[in-house]
Amino acid sequence: MATWVEAGTRFYKNLCSTIIFSVRVASFDQESKMGKLVVEKLRFHVHGPFSFTINSCELVGLTGPSGVGKTLMLRALIDLDPHEGQIFVDDVECNNVSAPVWRKMVGMLPAETQWWHDKVGEHMNEPRMDVLERLGFDMDVLDWEVRRLSTGEKQRLGLVRLLCNSPEVLLLDEPTASLDISNAEEVEKIISEYSEERNVAVLWVTHDIEQLRRITRRYFLMKTEKELEELNP
Amino acid sequence: MKMVLLSYTDLVLAAVLVVALALLSIRMKLSLWKQIIIAALRTTVQLLLIGLVLKAVFANAKLPWITLMALFMLLAAGREVTARQKRRLAGFWGFGVGTVSMFISSFTVTIFALIAIVGNTPWYAPQYAIPLLGMLLGNTMNGVALGINHLTQASWEQRRIIEERLILGQDRTQAILDIRRESVRTGLIPIINSMAAAGIVSLPGMMTGQILAGSPPVEAVKYQILIMFLIAAGTGFGTLSAVWFTSHRLFDARHRLRLDRLSSIGNTI
Repeated sequence: MATWVEAGTRFYKNLCSTIIFSVRVASFDQESKMGKLVVEKLRFHVHGPFSFTINSCELVGLTGPSGVGKTLMLRALIDLDPHEGQIFVDDVECNNVSAPVWRKMVGMLPAETQWWHDKVGEHMNEPRMDVLERLGFDMDVLDWEVRRLSTGEKQRLGLVRLLCNSPEVLLLDEPTASLDISNAEEVEKIISEYSEERNVAVLWVTHDIEQLRRITRRYFLMKTEKELEELNP
Repeated sequence: MKMVLLSYTDLVLAAVLVVALALLSIRMKLSLWKQIIIAALRTTVQLLLIGLVLKAVFANAKLPWITLMALFMLLAAGREVTARQKRRLAGFWGFGVGTVSMFISSFTVTIFALIAIVGNTPWYAPQYAIPLLGMLLGNTMNGVALGINHLTQASWEQRRIIEERLILGQDRTQAILDIRRESVRTGLIPIINSMAAAGIVSLPGMMTGQILAGSPPVEAVKYQILIMFLIAAGTGFGTLSAVWFTSHRLFDARHRLRLDRLSSIGNTI
């Protein structure tokens, strides 16, 4: 019985998301798609309130001492943790779309990616071959076994997997932390290009001040759980 | 054939074996002896009491009394299921989910069997209703407890995977699908095993009891087959719904994994 109920609920939910999604896409077509992230009085756990805007095509850094709550902020932005305040991607507010739709719009790359199927390819829906190649992988990477991946490989493949969703905003949690310098620079390039091509706002968490200089014009320093300071590298 | 009646001395002889097991577990530092002794005492006291209660209910076969007894059995089973969870849903949910699932499955299957299959008058005749419900509840309880325990435990251990799947835009059903399947399987394996092994490896308890009491083996076997099917159905439906309810409760409306809704209290007996 439970399976039938489940199937029914799933069908209904899919229907709802599809409708919401189509409506959203339609409204974007009229106003030309942007991808601007606006955060108003965001509170989560004991943190905040934080308000800021990241324009479309803009890449903004986020740094601060370990454990201050940078990752928690990304989790709140993607609606994975309860939060107060409002988050907009253009004129779409977080609570006005279903959570799975929101999370496809606002893509997040965690510091440590997780893999649950046996093979890499089973986790990806039409991965971009050009991105795979630029990150040093062949086609046959899709047949690789997940348990044999190194941390760095997981991190790069995590980015490829995330881009399959074509997110309109990117939240990246130390995406180059376990990469060598040439791969790190390639990731920087790929993300900058993606941001410009698709008008995507990017929030990039890093401890690397050199990297902030290379890729951003401004960044936020989370000094404490209440203070977010805007700086120029 | 006359049934051999057991004396209390016979029971004491069997109890000596349990005491020996408890002593061995002290010696091996398994820290299980307390649980063994308490469980053995509970078996003795509970079964002696139920003997008296059954005597009273059989003598007074009225529907309200039988319902009351059935509800008592259900609540006791609910408590057992809750007590066996390492991480259970906090508050009333921990007890409620298991109890409601057992109510849905065991009661439905028992009533179906009493009316459609056994067809006694009145249908609630306690000689049939109480033992049937008891066997169903006992087995469903195991399935439900194993299923929920696997679900909450695996969700706890694999929370990062579940959250990553949510991050990538899967909904709560997809994100926990594998764990849910595995939990249902865990709950159903015991009954599948006992159906598969019945008659070859094990002679099921009820059938053995009937044969000991002097029933013709073929008649006892027919009853046992019936019971096996009912137990399989009851355990299956019970486990499915318990796992479904619990996994539903592990997420909120915004498809967030809410492990804060679990409290971790260790195993008790």
